[in-house]
Amino acid sequence: MASRKVEQKATSIEQLMAAHEIVVACGSGGVGKTTTAAAAAAMAAVHHGGKVLVLTVDPAKRLANALGLEGFGNAASRVPPEAFKQAGVRPRGQLWAAMLDTKQSWDDLVNRHAPDPTTARRILENPLYQNITGRFVQSHEYIAVERLYELHSEGDYDLIVVDTPPTRNALDFLEAPERMADFFSSRLLRLLTIPYQSRLVNFATKPFYQVADRILGTQFLQDIAEFFILFQTMSPGFVERAKAVTRLLHDRRTTFVVVTTLEAAPAHEAEYFIDVLSSKKFHLGAVVLNKVLPDYLRDEKGEAARLAEGLDDNAAEVAHVLAPAVGDEDAAQVQRVLTEVAENFIRFQLVAQREAEQEAMLGRIPDVVATVPYFDTDIFDLAGLLQLGEKIWC
Amino acid sequence: MRPPDLLDRRLIFVTGKGGVGKTTVAAGLALLAAQRGKRTLVCEVDAKGNLADFYESGPSSFDAREIQPGLFTMAMDTERSLDEYLRLFLRVPVMGRIGPIARMFDFVATAAPGVKEILTVGKLCYEVRERHYDLVVVDASPTGHVVGQLAAPQAINSLVQVGLIRSQTDWILEILSDPDRTGLLIVTTPEEMPVNETIELSARVAKETTVQLAGIVVNRVLPELFGRGEEEVFDRLSDPSAKATVDAAMGGDAGPLLAGARLAVTLRRTRAVHLDHLRESVDPALPLLYVPYLFARTHGLRSTRAVAESLAAELGY
Repeated sequence: MASRKVEQKATSIEQLMAAHEIVVACGSGGVGKTTTAAAAAAMAAVHHGGKVLVLTVDPAKRLANALGLEGFGNAASRVPPEAFKQAGVRPRGQLWAAMLDTKQSWDDLVNRHAPDPTTARRILENPLYQNITGRFVQSHEYIAVERLYELHSEGDYDLIVVDTPPTRNALDFLEAPERMADFFSSRLLRLLTIPYQSRLVNFATKPFYQVADRILGTQFLQDIAEFFILFQTMSPGFVERAKAVTRLLHDRRTTFVVVTTLEAAPAHEAEYFIDVLSSKKFHLGAVVLNKVLPDYLRDEKGEAARLAEGLDDNAAEVAHVLAPAVGDEDAAQVQRVLTEVAENFIRFQLVAQREAEQEAMLGRIPDVVATVPYFDTDIFDLAGLLQLGEKIWC
Repeated sequence: MRPPDLLDRRLIFVTGKGGVGKTTVAAGLALLAAQRGKRTLVCEVDAKGNLADFYESGPSSFDAREIQPGLFTMAMDTERSLDEYLRLFLRVPVMGRIGPIARMFDFVATAAPGVKEILTVGKLCYEVRERHYDLVVVDASPTGHVVGQLAAPQAINSLVQVGLIRSQTDWILEILSDPDRTGLLIVTTPEEMPVNETIELSARVAKETTVQLAGIVVNRVLPELFGRGEEEVFDRLSDPSAKATVDAAMGGDAGPLLAGARLAVTLRRTRAVHLDHLRESVDPALPLLYVPYLFARTHGLRSTRAVAESLAAELGY
């Protein structure tokens, strides 16, 4: 395997992205994972060159627009060079974007792994297929890593930045390939796929099927069995593939970036994710702290904090002094404004201090920690995306 | 026809994108109902099990527990729900006693579409049907999965032709489809992705389920800092030309204070755009309930109480 040299520890997102072929952004939902992944990919395309792909699970329309695309699908679209021109930069490389289409990717997998086209068609046409692929064994998580593997092995890109689906459990994404392999070699699957008649004479499983029959009906159970029998024909390909996917996630060419805000719940999840990544020996490259309130709000005993307290108590007097200076006759109005300014500061200070505590609790964090300030406005173009990218880059 | 009062319903599902405060709102709503004298059950459907944190009570289990007068908590457990169902309707001995078979059933339930969901929704509707409580509040699955849960009876009907489960779906559907008894609340925050998901979900709920959308709760709404005319005063105060005067009057560098206020104003303004988008995209008759951002250093029961209070104000109590 011709992996790039990564002996030297990366000290910035820039170095991290230069040294890896796959960057996986993870973290809980709503922390700005997708935007961060896109911003980092855009930066890599601008500064490092080569072909950079951002593979995303659930892009907002605004992100597509920000990339100068009408929308994008399972097939990668190139971010038009004009979008970079408008943002005032000349990228050294190309930026591509693709979206994960779970249904389409599952269909592709079936077509690839089914022993023959007839079986593939029977699986795809089975009424349970859609329902089941949508539900069992973390199929979304599996399909995300599977697609990543496919894109990587096709070798069309120098760097792939992938944003993971929001998971209920951080482990789901990492363990999905193993679970998929386990599923295909499980005893349960074998039991389910024993032809229906021979089950009735099997002493051990008889009570189960009797109960199941009464609840679900024989026909439904037969439908399920038939489906799993068909599905099992894909087993060898699936198991081998799942193992290869697992290897790729562990490969030193792959690095993980945990994205989080400093709100309690996401930060807690991030802490857990950091633990899991290191205990499972995945490469944790960086933590990106997103939407962090400005530093001046954190200093509890600083001058600003003191001023805010004082202003809150003495707004009337200060207003009296300031009203003529700002050309306002109405001192009461100035006082209301000053009181709001003071109380707002005190309120946000509380939030900022909670953030500081969360940050301290993140504990065992990797060498690279990037902080993104609270952006006043939403990002609506490539320039905005790159502006965010600048914050995490060096 | 006027929709019934939210709390006069019997079964309220609360959903929302991860991280918007779905459990907080479910906990606050149930607390409010209990405070208003309703015998209330709040059930968490996902195994994450942090409902207890919001009441500072012990962990909830499948067996409902009264944590304060009139307020009961439980955690959904589909295996236990199946046990109960088998015992009540089929008089079959408890699955737990037949060990590995219970595991196999769990496997089938996981793989077979709708089985787990029907065991969840069935149990909740059962509590409603038996009138064990005045109100059942469900901390339901997040937006991505809730439609599957609410549409489970139809899914089962289309896949399972015979069998006892099939015969059970009729009364479950009847309860779910009755807007006087059942409603769905979507929780969102005034941010882009949660708002978009809320709009998409409300369309899917109307199309794919029989459950009526009872309202949208907008959580973490930032306060409006300045009223009419006041923002102009603030602009003049923060003008660089006024800096020396303002600093002198306040007795130090007022920069951070003014920057903090500017940040709050911009954040609220950015969010207002998303809120407008939400209002324009849903049925104008649909109630939107606003819950303010909690700045105070509160968590647990205190923040649940604050949410209950805001909901009470929004509902006109």
